[in-house]
Amino acid sequence: MSLKTFAKGVHPAEFKSLSEDKPIEKMPLPSEVFIPLQQHIGAPCTPVVEKGQMVKTGQVIGKSGGFVSSTIHATITGKIKTIEKFPHPLGINVPMVNIMAEGEEELLPLENLPEKWENASREEILDIILRAGIVGLGGAAFPTQVKLNPPKGKSIDTFIVNGCECEPFLTADHRMMLEQSQELLTGIRIIMKVLNVKRTFIGIEANKMNAVDTLRQATKSFSEITVVPLKVKYPQGAEKMLIDAILNRHVPPGGLPLDVGVVVQNVGTTIAIAQAVTAGKPLIERVVTVTGDAINEPKNVLVRIGTSFQQLLDFCGGLTNNAAKIIMGGPMMGVAQSSLQVPVIKATSGIVCLSDKYTQAKPIYPCIQCGNCVSACPMNLLPTRLARYAEVGNLIMAENLGILNCIECGSCAFVCPAHIPLVQQIRLGKLQINELKRKSKSI
Amino acid sequence: MEEKIQKVPAGESQMPKVAPAKTSESPSKPEKRAFILSSSPHIQAEEDVAKIMRAVVYALLPTAVFGIYFFGWRALVMMLVGIAAAVLTEALLNLVQKKPQTISDGSAVVTGLLLVLTLPPSLPYWMIIVGAFVAIFIGKQLFGGLGYNIFNPALLGRAFLQASFPIPMTTWTMPRTIDAITTATPLGSFKFEKTLTPYLNLFMGNVGGCVGETSALAIIIGGLFLLYKKYADWRIPVSYLTTVAIFGSLFWLINPAKYPDPIFHLFSGGLMLGAFFMATDMVTTPVTPKGSWIFGIGAGIILVIIRLFGGLPEGVMYSILLMNAFTPLINRYTRPKFFGEAKHV
Ligand code: SF4
Ligand code: SF4
Repeated sequence: MSLKTFAKGVHPAEFKSLSEDKPIEKMPLPSEVFIPLQQHIGAPCTPVVEKGQMVKTGQVIGKSGGFVSSTIHATITGKIKTIEKFPHPLGINVPMVNIMAEGEEELLPLENLPEKWENASREEILDIILRAGIVGLGGAAFPTQVKLNPPKGKSIDTFIVNGCECEPFLTADHRMMLEQSQELLTGIRIIMKVLNVKRTFIGIEANKMNAVDTLRQATKSFSEITVVPLKVKYPQGAEKMLIDAILNRHVPPGGLPLDVGVVVQNVGTTIAIAQAVTAGKPLIERVVTVTGDAINEPKNVLVRIGTSFQQLLDFCGGLTNNAAKIIMGGPMMGVAQSSLQVPVIKATSGIVCLSDKYTQAKPIYPCIQCGNCVSACPMNLLPTRLARYAEVGNLIMAENLGILNCIECGSCAFVCPAHIPLVQQIRLGKLQINELKRKSKSI
Repeated sequence: MEEKIQKVPAGESQMPKVAPAKTSESPSKPEKRAFILSSSPHIQAEEDVAKIMRAVVYALLPTAVFGIYFFGWRALVMMLVGIAAAVLTEALLNLVQKKPQTISDGSAVVTGLLLVLTLPPSLPYWMIIVGAFVAIFIGKQLFGGLGYNIFNPALLGRAFLQASFPIPMTTWTMPRTIDAITTATPLGSFKFEKTLTPYLNLFMGNVGGCVGETSALAIIIGGLFLLYKKYADWRIPVSYLTTVAIFGSLFWLINPAKYPDPIFHLFSGGLMLGAFFMATDMVTTPVTPKGSWIFGIGAGIILVIIRLFGGLPEGVMYSILLMNAFTPLINRYTRPKFFGEAKHV
């Protein structure tokens, strides 16, 4: 049987065996947490607590207004030491609420839950998701209630659960599919109700056949839910590639999945929805894969949001002596960290610790026009040209060649024999173009 | 604007740099280390320009060995002279222009070797040096070095030699003879005397011709290795050779007495070497898959026209150089459709 997939892409080594067989471990509560007031795409939250105040786990500490908004909760019970700027894993200092653990740990569940979610209205459920502070846990951190509430006029017919986890090293979603299949199923049913769709696909790369079997078993009596094993290829988990593989629908340039009638949610997000709606649990913790060749005990850890990388890494036996690079997220799209003081945020799918073996600087040659990047780009772009035009500042040509369609998946730079930092150059070009657009709009 | 860019995730560092790790304020023991900051992706395939160039040299080894077998130790000396001249030229030009040294990328070795493989076995050494110099200087460094050149440097060097020294460049010796006995190439004897060379000789290379162009067998072995390693785009040899075969057959069917058959076309002259090693040069051929097809088909048509109707018996060199000139244009017009651009639901 040939497995479904998308065109192009690359085949990085998987490195998943480091942690794929490690059941999710719950980390003991950290002694303090740093909770950023901005953890989602959209307006930052304003704090609703003060320095010195005692808070309970699950208590709302930040709210944001506007349509694209979310909620931030205290993730441990204790005293607010300070609210000020601290380093954030995305490379900026942002305001964070620093809570020191104090007193008995106590969870405040969400209020006004329906007796049975089956009887709740769509609006009620969306409101719970907003109040639970759920955002896309796959890395994009887009507020989930917004994604589940497509604008009028867009008809959605399919819901897809993204269980690809195509980034090398990461295994958190894999473990959740194995260990929390019932919650995942509940989450799917809740989302299907909210979206009013009649079919769901769970896309899983074929390197996780045990998860495919587990979920087939769990969804046996639901004919509208289909588990689809997919070819192991990066970036199979990119939304557009996933929709292409499963439905053969192509999201148009600049478009969103809902333009082709689809909503995609990641495994962790779907489970978080089930936990919020059925048990009133706000998003205060998540599963993070701590892995790499420079961590002593690779693990999948259930950890409170706001726990510092340092504490989490210590829980995993600490770094080895030759640790050279710490990445939040996977090695293809993740962000390198300079400090271990940064906290786990809602979008932290993994922490990959690499030794100096993987960080040797490679010589950068001029582009030899080999076309590897062209053959790899899942968005059908010409990365070599985009990077070149971005580098020399020819933003018009770069835009004509579709630079804004780039999903920054890294496939191009992965295969470039000249080791040109293609993604970095393209990213800068995109930023400059978006900046110009914003300016010309504001005039 | 600068400031904004600075604030962006992972775009912040131009080059990998080492930032001191800040002391953690957490009660667990602080980790005082420096971690490397660089843009994603953080892992790369084991690909490298120098590695590709080395693979091309390996792929040329069978051809070189057959060349030495047929044309003697002089062929080996020719190769060494060509490689040395190409590498030295590049090294000196870099020195003079105060540019970083680039010879370690191995591309000059490839150019020098390829050039010699397309030269007659009796060509004087100094002419080889001139050819290698022109190949590197005009063919590559003048354009800005590796990656920026439009024409295949080895072929450009050869074209220069052909124009400057037409007689030595068309003086052929019989393979495996002690004294150079002047002979004709299979293409030449067909063109001017209408005699066909036996196929087996063509295939094995036991015919008059350039140092590395006579043995189709050796070239195909190396070429398949390159295709297997994905260091050459299979579309080019496939489309180039198929076009020559089809287009050549057309004329042969029209008048078998006047025009050679397609097998003769395929295995004679520099076609095999050109198709597997020259037309697949990454720098000077299209980056798009569709572009590769166009390149091969175009080169095939041009080749047959030159061979059948031009004044020269051979046209591989010009067919490839001409298509090199069209490559930027081909790239522009074969941009793949953006994902989702063509197909709307
Ligand atoms: S150009 Fe963008 S979308 Fe294409 S491979 Fe590179 S990073 Fe991915
Ligand atoms: S992969 Fe690198 S060397 Fe090859 S064409 Fe793309 S940018 Fe150029």
